[in-house]
Amino acid sequence: MRQKILYGLCLAAVLLLGRNLAVMLLELPDEAAQGAIYRIIFFHVPAAWTAFVGFFAALVASVIYLAGKNLRYDALAVAVTEVGLAFATVNLVTGMIWGRIIWGIWWTWDPRLTSMLVCWLLYAGYLMLRRAVEEPTQRAKVAAVFSIFAFADVPIVWFSIKWWRTQHPQPVVWGGGSMDPAMWRMLFLNWVPLLLLFGVLAALRMRQEQAQREMDALRRQAHAL
Amino acid sequence: MDSRNFTFLVYGLVAAWLILFAYVAAVAARERKISREIENLKQILKDQKGN
Repeated sequence: MRQKILYGLCLAAVLLLGRNLAVMLLELPDEAAQGAIYRIIFFHVPAAWTAFVGFFAALVASVIYLAGKNLRYDALAVAVTEVGLAFATVNLVTGMIWGRIIWGIWWTWDPRLTSMLVCWLLYAGYLMLRRAVEEPTQRAKVAAVFSIFAFADVPIVWFSIKWWRTQHPQPVVWGGGSMDPAMWRMLFLNWVPLLLLFGVLAALRMRQEQAQREMDALRRQAHAL
Repeated sequence: MDSRNFTFLVYGLVAAWLILFAYVAAVAARERKISREIENLKQILKDQKGN
């Protein structure tokens, strides 16, 4: 039953993404200066929001793990971090492709870009750290502390375009940027399927983490016999 | 639709989808590997208990 719900949500996400893509290409108004490339924003920005939702969920799960030492929350933290990192990769790569056309360069050490790259590296480091520690409770504790510290970079990424003069465009949400109402709607409409995908993938990864623990227990049993 | 920079829009969309598909494929591969290993371990335990 749970499997069917996950497949259903995944299908809904894919259908919504397809529908949104058609609306983006066929119905949305053009942007005066950028040409077609501006439409990348409908993936670039929602992918960043989705990644931040994942990193925030990892922060909450890590705090709950440290408070109660329940390994379910450690599984939740690793699941949402890994899926969040995939969306952060989408954000960075789509941003680089947009930058190549609009700025004429793939990358610049601008505060927004740099802080986002640091964020990506921190959470990639979190996943590598987990591989380095063998003992499950020790691994969960170290990873939870690291995740809490890593989250400190997320507000820096978010506010970097307000705090420093940057090459990156001003924020369209709670900032100086402005957009056509139809573009606004699309920004949020395209966030919905990405959030659905995030939920499905995080649920699958969490189940895998629990299966991994079952596997470790079976291994210990096999060695004991 | 204004077709300026359309090629790079396609690159961006393809990149976004490819990253997500690659990740989904990695998750699916891990799922298969874990199920296979659990089955193997259960079989080993069953054999060991039988001996």
